[in-house]
Amino acid sequence: MTQNPTIEAKGLHLTFETNDGPVHALQDVNLEINKGDFVSFIGPSGCGKTTFLRCIAGLEAPTSGEISVNGMTPDEARRARAYGYVFQAAGLYPWRTIGGNIRLPLEIMGFSKSEMSERVDRVLDLVDLSGFDKKFPWQLSGGMQQRASIARALAFDADILLMDEPFGALDEIVRDHLNEQLLQLWARTQKTIGFVTHSIPEAVYLSTKIVVMSPRPGRISDVIESTLPKERPLEIRDSPEFIAIAQRVRDGLRAGHAHV
Amino acid sequence: MKSILPVLTVIAAVLLIWIVAVVPMNVHLTADQAQRDGAVVMPDTSIARKEVSGVALALENPHLIPLTYVGKRPNLPSPHQVSAEMFNTILGKKITSKRSLVYHGWVTLAPTLLGFAIGTLLGVLLAVGIVFSRVMDKSVMPWAIVSQTIPILALAPMIIVVLGAAGIHGILPKSVIAAYLSFFPVVVGMVKGLRSPDHMQLDLLRTYSTNNIQGFWKLRLPSSTPYLFASLKIGISASLIGTIVAELPTGAKAGFGARMLVGDQYGQPILSWAALFAAALTAAALVGMISLIERGTLRKMGMKLA
Repeated sequence: MTQNPTIEAKGLHLTFETNDGPVHALQDVNLEINKGDFVSFIGPSGCGKTTFLRCIAGLEAPTSGEISVNGMTPDEARRARAYGYVFQAAGLYPWRTIGGNIRLPLEIMGFSKSEMSERVDRVLDLVDLSGFDKKFPWQLSGGMQQRASIARALAFDADILLMDEPFGALDEIVRDHLNEQLLQLWARTQKTIGFVTHSIPEAVYLSTKIVVMSPRPGRISDVIESTLPKERPLEIRDSPEFIAIAQRVRDGLRAGHAHV
Repeated sequence: MKSILPVLTVIAAVLLIWIVAVVPMNVHLTADQAQRDGAVVMPDTSIARKEVSGVALALENPHLIPLTYVGKRPNLPSPHQVSAEMFNTILGKKITSKRSLVYHGWVTLAPTLLGFAIGTLLGVLLAVGIVFSRVMDKSVMPWAIVSQTIPILALAPMIIVVLGAAGIHGILPKSVIAAYLSFFPVVVGMVKGLRSPDHMQLDLLRTYSTNNIQGFWKLRLPSSTPYLFASLKIGISASLIGTIVAELPTGAKAGFGARMLVGDQYGQPILSWAALFAAALTAAALVGMISLIERGTLRKMGMKLA
């Protein structure tokens, strides 16, 4: 592969100055994410996984080191609307319908009326919510709301999707279902996905690359290239291969803790 | 309406206290009058009666008790006297009459509504400035707070006199005082409302590379709606109080304030009390109207009360 990585971090450090002294949120983080990768960031609270995702999104500025997104700085990439971001909570506007919520970024970016309605229909279909555009958020379940927020992030065709524990607040059954749908969506859209989680099965099931992080200071302790096939039914989670990768993630997490 | 029973209970309790209080409040006056009319009263001189408490005097002269409710110039008018006066002056007079409470009500209501509109507009504009400009946050907010510590009763005549000297008469000076009282809750509520979107919602807009103006119209303003309504309810009753206060010390010839003052000055407390209750009912109606609009709007927006 001669192609440049979509996202590349080199020697990334980030220190927050707090009243209790400096907190080293990220220390010497090096990572390459290629186009079409599904990369999970996993680790205990305080390991900097969300902070790293926010650095990619240009929502946080690293103290030192370099990071590039589509060959630009994260801030340039943010201005170029290079990525869609999904937060832990759906954060839909209660005063807008589902369709209205998906139109929000499109309105801000100045799409035409006909273009907007065409895109709303398309992304609602992608997250399996066709026919819900006139509903209000309170009329939808938590899982459906989160799917709507994914549709909102997909609406403007950014080729990177950044997701910060998007299913963290949902129950296991809904989560399995959404994971399956997310893989289908990834296969259909060929997006590059960065996905923060603290569930080992979720990370192994979804990812082509698993980044294991450890806290204090936040750093990468292992990067695992998944050997699982692209086609992944839910039952794959019982295969020896899956269990072996999960074991390696678990070892990575434990090793990270041994430093503390 | 499940709220109607507690409301009625409170009203009944207030009425009961009022009715009981009428006797000791008025019994001295009633005793003087009854003696002049030839009735026997114990003790038998006005000076001696001054030494006795109202309750004791009433107990010693039970025949005076019914008379305390019908005195012409009582210290405390009885509920039926006030309601009869209100009935007469609201329904019994042509609304163009100088003796109609509806006429006086409109004289007070017009500047109240104008002042409320001015105050709300000013409050919203100041709040927007405070939220978007650090300089305004540091400079305007303290003055807004200080402005509310000045007794309005002292300030009102000054404003009327100054505006009068500048040739401004009529409803505007009263509106200015109403606006002076009503802009403050709007500023405080709107500042809080415009700042109510959480980090996640603001970050979401940043990921779209949203500018401040888009963020204001799409997120901050809609988020502030519940806070705005809470402020408007305080603001409109403050406006009414402002207008009445503006009428009190300035020799206004009409309006609830003028009516209360006339009642006091000419020893006709029933008149003052009727005006007082009419003003309270007006305030309740105004707040109720805003509550209705609030409920409809927030339901439409899928939001809860602030």
